[in-house]
Amino acid sequence: MIELFRNPSYNFIGNRRWAYVLSVVITLIGLTSLAVRGLHYDIDFTGGTLIQVQFERPPSVASIRAGLARVKLAESIIQQFGDPREFIIRSPLSGATSQELAKRVEGALAEETALGKFEIRRVEFVGPQVGRELQWQAVQAVLFGLIGILLYIAWRFDLKGGVAAIVAVFHDVIVCLGAISLTGREFSLPVLAALLTIIGYSVNDTIVAYDRLRENRAKFVPKGKTFADQMNEAVNQTLSRTILTAVTVFFSAAILLFFGGKTLEDFAFVLFIGVITGTYSTTYVAAALVVDWTQYVEGRVRRRKKAVAKA
Amino acid sequence: MPRRLWLRSSLVAVVVAASLWYLYPPARTINLGLDLQGGIHLVLGVEVDKYIATQTDRAAEDLKAGLERKGVGVKRVAREGLTAVAVELASTTNWNDALTVAAEFGAFDVGQRDDKAGRFTLTMRERHLAQLRDDAVRQGVETIRNRIDQFGVAEATITRQGDDRILIQLPGVQDPERAKALIGKTALLEFKLLDEQTPVEQALGGKVPETSEVLYQRRVDKETKAERKIPYVVQKRTLLTGGELTRAEVQADPNSPGNWQVAIEFTATGTRIFGEVTEQNVGRHLAIILDGTLYSAPRINERIPGGRAVITGQFTVNEARDLAIVLRAGALPAPVTILEERRVGPSLGADSIRQGMVAIVGSAAAVFVFMLLYYRLSGAIADVALVLNLLILLACMAAFGATLTLPGIAGIALTIGMAVDTNILIFERIREELRVGKTVRSAIEAGFARALRTVIDTHLTVMVTAAILYNFGTGPVKGFAVSLFVGLTASLFTAYFFTRLLFDVIYMGRRKVQTISI
Repeated sequence: MIELFRNPSYNFIGNRRWAYVLSVVITLIGLTSLAVRGLHYDIDFTGGTLIQVQFERPPSVASIRAGLARVKLAESIIQQFGDPREFIIRSPLSGATSQELAKRVEGALAEETALGKFEIRRVEFVGPQVGRELQWQAVQAVLFGLIGILLYIAWRFDLKGGVAAIVAVFHDVIVCLGAISLTGREFSLPVLAALLTIIGYSVNDTIVAYDRLRENRAKFVPKGKTFADQMNEAVNQTLSRTILTAVTVFFSAAILLFFGGKTLEDFAFVLFIGVITGTYSTTYVAAALVVDWTQYVEGRVRRRKKAVAKA
Repeated sequence: MPRRLWLRSSLVAVVVAASLWYLYPPARTINLGLDLQGGIHLVLGVEVDKYIATQTDRAAEDLKAGLERKGVGVKRVAREGLTAVAVELASTTNWNDALTVAAEFGAFDVGQRDDKAGRFTLTMRERHLAQLRDDAVRQGVETIRNRIDQFGVAEATITRQGDDRILIQLPGVQDPERAKALIGKTALLEFKLLDEQTPVEQALGGKVPETSEVLYQRRVDKETKAERKIPYVVQKRTLLTGGELTRAEVQADPNSPGNWQVAIEFTATGTRIFGEVTEQNVGRHLAIILDGTLYSAPRINERIPGGRAVITGQFTVNEARDLAIVLRAGALPAPVTILEERRVGPSLGADSIRQGMVAIVGSAAAVFVFMLLYYRLSGAIADVALVLNLLILLACMAAFGATLTLPGIAGIALTIGMAVDTNILIFERIREELRVGKTVRSAIEAGFARALRTVIDTHLTVMVTAAILYNFGTGPVKGFAVSLFVGLTASLFTAYFFTRLLFDVIYMGRRKVQTISI
């Protein structure tokens, strides 16, 4: 039988201090990028019009822009989308309705003879009201998702575990958002969905470790084993499963990323990054925090006992 | 023999049979989202306030007429805000009569009153207001459904969304602009008299009598395509509306070759009013106005008794046909605006399906090979379970009439990864039990039992997020949440009923088992 690890006993938890440094650094990079570069919100959230055009032969961005300038839309964002013949034109909200705007763009491109024949493949218009609502819904979805998870873990395990798991999830979300910001990708509805999936995945992973710890503690615990040792044991016991699952999900995400087409690319990218950080954060954020928290509480109890004994 | 093997086998058999039954034939059972098959997704906002304002205006007019009939001198009756009507009497002598008339308006309450000045205000009752808001959207949905039915779009869905929105999904429409124009048109047809006392120049200069307004007729030059706007002074009072129509049909315009016109026919009431109006106004011009644009203003030569009229206006055959449709279907109670539009061409949808399939098949194949190599026979069992998982997932979506969208495909691809996790958890656990020296049977028993708790916990947390996604997400996110949720349920079922069953059949039979391929 093929085995990745046979009775592994790596000292994950013992090295947690270094991991804290790494987590903080990565989180800071993410936050800095979010603060400096910001997130590009898709029209789903800002409102606006998106038009996807496929040309018969690869056009130049300049001639597309020249065409759009005729209808005073030169400010639009023009992006190649996957195939070199395929482009996306994003225009901010204006007084014009989607109907007029799409027609105007079509007319303008048709007049620009250098562009040749083309087909309008997708038109999306999101009004300002809907954009604001979607923004609010996104915040709500993430918030309620986190609360739901916190409650579930607090109920199944304990509050410490719940809070640590949420911290780990925050870590993953910031890393993913930072990656989106650094690579200049759009924050769209599918990206939001991917982010929520990663929240689920990250918690899933954390729960497997917690579950194992709880099971071990319910059995006989040998004397002299600290809480840190027990946690380390649980992480090691679940290690092969963690790695195997991470690898399969990672492969699924990678295939989506490379073969799923342009529409799914950003979605898959977030999954891709998220699987890595979600697996990492289980051990080095969630489990590590539970260990330090428990040790802190135990230490305080011990000190209090000592103080009582002295008095 | 393990517990109730037959019962479990039949349960699995029933699930498989039901899945196949729901899925046959696949092309017709799975609803493809508009992003996959192409089509238009529209969210319309109904301007409910405008509807309420018109209703209040109408009440104000009725009230004025009622007061005048009772012989009460009226100085002013006008709408105030959206839902109030302010009344000012010429004198206070008929104060009580006025209140009696006002009391007949059941939908309104007499609010502020000033007996000495002869002023009072009627305010719409909350319940009536809520009713009107509801009516505006419900009638809007009905009218649009009616129009789309006549336009002929297969499998269109028109549903109400929230308080004042209408969601319209039109799969595979050839001419989206035309469909949108048809849906969005208020189609309020009005007949009014021209104000022939006020010269147009004077009206354009701003001197319009309070009872009149300037409306424009649009003329397009056939050769230069240039549009001209011709102003007319029209009396504000509406004599007759399109609400009294029974028929609207397309005809060739006899006076201008190549153009089309719409012939309309009134109801009995409409015919009577039309007869009276034409009789009383022989020699004057009757303006035919649609959504605030004047189409024509023919001279009334004599009383028209038959209740028939034509609307002309340089229509192409499609324009005339669409106009006939909206007139037959009736006017929207209130104007609508497009809040959100998503339109996908059929070629893009086909591309998305192809790429989605490549992604699913690709990730499934990678997982298949991996499981087979790593866990051998048990991996093969897990692979069969994976196929069953996909089968159940698709069957559930077919059974619930859920729609498969592009993010939904992504959700399925993800489910494949997650479903495998369950099997990995169980298999790793069985291996562990074997390592501590347990027999094959007790290792399987313990492996499944121990992993169960973890598996339930992991599934439930992700299902919690999927449920929240479904509740707070819209369109594409919802599709993702649906396939994720259903996929996880299927994964729980296959792991604990199907995988377990196969293990039991293979290893838990009467013969002694010494080795396990895992």
